[in-house]
Amino acid sequence: MKVPLRWLEDYVDISLPIEELTRKLTFAGLEVEALRYVGLPLPENPERLEAKVAGLEWDPETVVVGEVVEVRPHPDADRLVLADLRLGTEQLTSVTGAPNLFPYRGQGPLAEPLTVAVALPGARLIDSKTGEPRRFEPATIRGTLSAAMICSERELDISEAHEGVILFGPGSAALETPEPGTPLADFIGDVVLDIAVTPNMVRTASIVGVAREVAALTGSELRLPSLDVEMTGPPTADMIRIDIRRPDLNPRFTATLLDGIEIGPSPYWLQLRLLLAGMRPISNIVDLTNYVMLELGQPLHAFDYDVLVERARASGSEVPTIITRMPDPGERLETLDGVDRAIDDFTILVTDEMGALALGGIMGGGESEISDSTTRVLLEAAAWNFINIRRSTQAQQLSSEAGYRFSRGVHPADAPRGNLRAIELMRQLAGGTVYQGLVDVYPQPHHDSVVEMPFGEVERALGIEIPREEVIRILEALEFGALDDGDMLRVTAPDHRLDIGEGVIGIADLMEEISRIYGYERIPETQIEDAIPPQKGNPELETEEAVRDLLVDLGLQEVVTYRLTTPEREARARKTGSEPDARPFVELKKPISEDRRVMRHELLPSVLEIAETNARRDGLAIFEIGQVFLAQEGEDLPEEPRRLAIVMAGLGERGNWSRGEPKELDFYDLKGTLDGLAEDLHLEDCVFEAAEHPTFHPGRCARLRVGGEEIGVFGELHPRVRAAYDVPFARVLAADLDLEKLQAAIPERYPVHGISSFPPVVEDLALVVDDGVTAAAVESCISRAAGDLLRAVELFDHFRGEQIGEGKKSLAYRLTYQSDDRTLTDQEVAAVRQQVVAAVEQQLGGRLRS
Amino acid sequence: MLEEINQAEREALEALEAVGSNDELQAWRSLHLGKKSQLKQQLKNLGRLSPEERPVVGKRTHEIRQRLEASLDARRDELEAARIEASLAAEALDVTMPGRPVRRGRLHVSTRTLRRIYAIWAEMGFQVYRSRDVESDEYNFQLLNFPRHHPAREMQDTFHTTTDDVLLRTHTSPGQIRVMRENAFDADGTPRADPDPIRVILPGMCYRYEQITARSEIQFNQVEGLAVGRRIRMSDLKGTLTDFARRMFGQDTRTRFRCSHFPFTEPSAEMDIECFLCGGEGCRVCKHAGWLEILGCGMVHPVVLANGGYDPTVYSGFAFGMGPERIAMLRHGIEDIRQFWANDLRFLEQF
Repeated sequence: MKVPLRWLEDYVDISLPIEELTRKLTFAGLEVEALRYVGLPLPENPERLEAKVAGLEWDPETVVVGEVVEVRPHPDADRLVLADLRLGTEQLTSVTGAPNLFPYRGQGPLAEPLTVAVALPGARLIDSKTGEPRRFEPATIRGTLSAAMICSERELDISEAHEGVILFGPGSAALETPEPGTPLADFIGDVVLDIAVTPNMVRTASIVGVAREVAALTGSELRLPSLDVEMTGPPTADMIRIDIRRPDLNPRFTATLLDGIEIGPSPYWLQLRLLLAGMRPISNIVDLTNYVMLELGQPLHAFDYDVLVERARASGSEVPTIITRMPDPGERLETLDGVDRAIDDFTILVTDEMGALALGGIMGGGESEISDSTTRVLLEAAAWNFINIRRSTQAQQLSSEAGYRFSRGVHPADAPRGNLRAIELMRQLAGGTVYQGLVDVYPQPHHDSVVEMPFGEVERALGIEIPREEVIRILEALEFGALDDGDMLRVTAPDHRLDIGEGVIGIADLMEEISRIYGYERIPETQIEDAIPPQKGNPELETEEAVRDLLVDLGLQEVVTYRLTTPEREARARKTGSEPDARPFVELKKPISEDRRVMRHELLPSVLEIAETNARRDGLAIFEIGQVFLAQEGEDLPEEPRRLAIVMAGLGERGNWSRGEPKELDFYDLKGTLDGLAEDLHLEDCVFEAAEHPTFHPGRCARLRVGGEEIGVFGELHPRVRAAYDVPFARVLAADLDLEKLQAAIPERYPVHGISSFPPVVEDLALVVDDGVTAAAVESCISRAAGDLLRAVELFDHFRGEQIGEGKKSLAYRLTYQSDDRTLTDQEVAAVRQQVVAAVEQQLGGRLRS
Repeated sequence: MLEEINQAEREALEALEAVGSNDELQAWRSLHLGKKSQLKQQLKNLGRLSPEERPVVGKRTHEIRQRLEASLDARRDELEAARIEASLAAEALDVTMPGRPVRRGRLHVSTRTLRRIYAIWAEMGFQVYRSRDVESDEYNFQLLNFPRHHPAREMQDTFHTTTDDVLLRTHTSPGQIRVMRENAFDADGTPRADPDPIRVILPGMCYRYEQITARSEIQFNQVEGLAVGRRIRMSDLKGTLTDFARRMFGQDTRTRFRCSHFPFTEPSAEMDIECFLCGGEGCRVCKHAGWLEILGCGMVHPVVLANGGYDPTVYSGFAFGMGPERIAMLRHGIEDIRQFWANDLRFLEQF
């Protein structure tokens, strides 16, 4: 809502500096987002206002009010005139091409001089061609010196209009014509406050609404505009009938009639106010519907009454009847914006017996709109159900000033106020006679909320005792009724607000009003007196964070990716030809971009995409923990299990002057990472076994099981999967784990072993076995055979070669034996070794390598 | 006799001066102190001397031996010192050459920020409560006092899914209802007579239908907080959030509260903190205002309390919500929010 200060001052005296006013409004919930200085000097520290500050200052010496006393033809140019200007005692001539001065050309001295804005040499204005500030300098145009410039709105940065110069026209109460030579800023200089109106505060989408807030915040008096109308015509009720079919959606409809108007441009003061408030002036009647809407917040609609009469006659009646009703099936309407619209079955229409005239509360139709030849105006001011209006504006994708206000709730009591105010202004500015009486159909009067509020509630809710007189002052300044009834305050909501409830909700609504006007900054800072609630463990979060920490300790960088993706992107991570995931995706109805249209099914593809993002690096080791989204049969909401994905590729370490060529990461680097994770999580019964999976290289893929439960798969990407990603790495390692199963496998506690004080015996054992025998099988055979004295088994060499024969491999283990209660003898160790070798021979068909 | 051994001492000491290595030192030792040395020979011959001479020569020989041994030790130390000296000089490194990098991992900046927020609230008794990303219209809006077609819904541009009334949560506030209901009702749906007070924070990813730009993202983390009890006042909200701000941004941090609007709180406020970079003087980060907008908050709306199963005539509470990414952006001077999910490792490795 753009609020010109001069207009605001019609309704409330403002004694505060603009900076202070801005701050007060912002802190009370009317956030001043921007300040536009129109001609007035900009503040010295605009940043401190915490609002966007813009504008053009008009130098008081060089931008002044002047009078055109005569318009003469230019001796050498048809498209130019010479305007003789009077500025106080000074007389100057301006050479100008302004088309709206041409009608005065050659009339000799004007009986009524034209009041204009004049720029003198040195004045800083907006260049009408470039839009940039520029200083005006006198120039000789076609042989005649132009010593001053008569300004357009664009040059003064009032609007974009540059078709002619500003002609202020005769003075009025709203804009008294000053002496020529007066600084223009003194005449029309202004500051426009741009206030962000929150959805609950549509009452402040009006100048009077803002003035009411200012009055409450500053203690000034609010002056409401007069609603007196000079009604001298015949009774309105004989001229129009109103039929409301859905009072729940259209609780009130009022109408007045004005006969004998003359459509023309609005006086300049009115045009200027509309311009500064962000609306384009059109003609007096239309401008006044907008003006009063901006002033009081009540949208209005003006019909050409004669069109209604014609339509009524066509349907056989003398008197038009306005019917508000639901649309007939297939009903259409061409609205003022020229769009032919199909009307949804829930959208209420303003119609007559011939059909639709307007979308109720949103926009009028083209046929009955005001035209240049209109002489009789039927003015509508009505009330509409805000939920229904919003639904209709959304369905029609139609935004209008009326729809904006009605969709947030305009009180039915505003309708007659708006109607009376506007019809009187129309009479004054467009002439004519107002018919007797306001036709007012109000089948469902609104009940204004009444709240019984114990005074103690203020302290209970806000933590501060506000004096009772101050509570009452605040409420009354906002036009609440406040009846002091001992310990209880009986509060009635004002008849311009629909946002106040009753009972406990009403009390909360009042607390908001009291606290924001009293000032949040005056509420103290206290500590919660209630006891801390019983605290609960959160193992799901704690172990998730532990896994993150361990992976970081293992050298992996965490990433966090978009949870929105596409099925095609996920399919990249599967070998061509494999079956796509059959479960449905959680799919967006209207995605913001085609490549973010479903919630992900899988985590690994998202992390692989991050490898692509970082493809220029020598290597990477990354992981993500996060949800995937699996739609469930018969359920609206999907499962959201959390998964863990790891991707490693390229060089394992950064190159360095002192190290040789770093090694490229391979399967066993990833395995080592998972070993480390399993070890640090103290997972018991952890088994890695060869596996197949469409994402992975068939010979380089493993499954991790803990306690028999499958936790996930990992390995080297299948070459065709790797090729689907734009990465320079020969191998890409990846793991895709079910985080929740992993968490479930973490033991709550784990024992540690005492440190033996007896020396360990270490010996190396090279065993030759068939190629097909896995390291895991050998190791488990050794462990079982060696018994309790074996403390550690470590594979330190792996060898294939002629020496040991075709189809064989040698695995060299370092075995550590130790006892807690004695120093082991050579004989004891030898006996264990014998058992180990015997077991390897018998169970695995292996032998000791000689 | 005495003269001879004195002469031997002088020669030995002179020779020691010339010794330049450990090997030479060994040779000197066997020559002057070994079995075949003049000194040993003299001692062997002691018996041949007269009884008067014997103790004099014996004593002198002993003295000389001690002195030579002491001199030998001293010389050895000298030589060792010289050797170390020489090798230290040779072992000198260029200490300015780069060290060997260690591959280390890091948490994502959002996780780091979330954890910091968790830790501060945990100390104030607020526990973490997480809930789902894909939500129903009922939980995301209706139960939070956003009726259907209510204008307040315009404040949150929503991703709807192809299933009616299923959407991506626009805030973590649906968790408020879930946590209240968990406390207020038994598993079979029976209301509890005296539900526990609540202090939780609700972190999680939220989604808004917005163009992705340097300043807005379609997905972002949010941490909401909720305190419900029998006597929670707006002054408690101010005090608690100011405590948080001091912990998060520095002990001298000042806060201020501006009136705002959220359908699920009333009164509602925005909390600003005095800019921690310039101390309120005005700088680029605070756009010269001296203040930074940090979080939205307010007293829990009675409708929301009732929807959660808490009687609004008995219970009251406050709620707040903040964006960890925004906080990280302010703290680290990050100018483009898209960097969070782009995951360029050069960005992530700076944290």
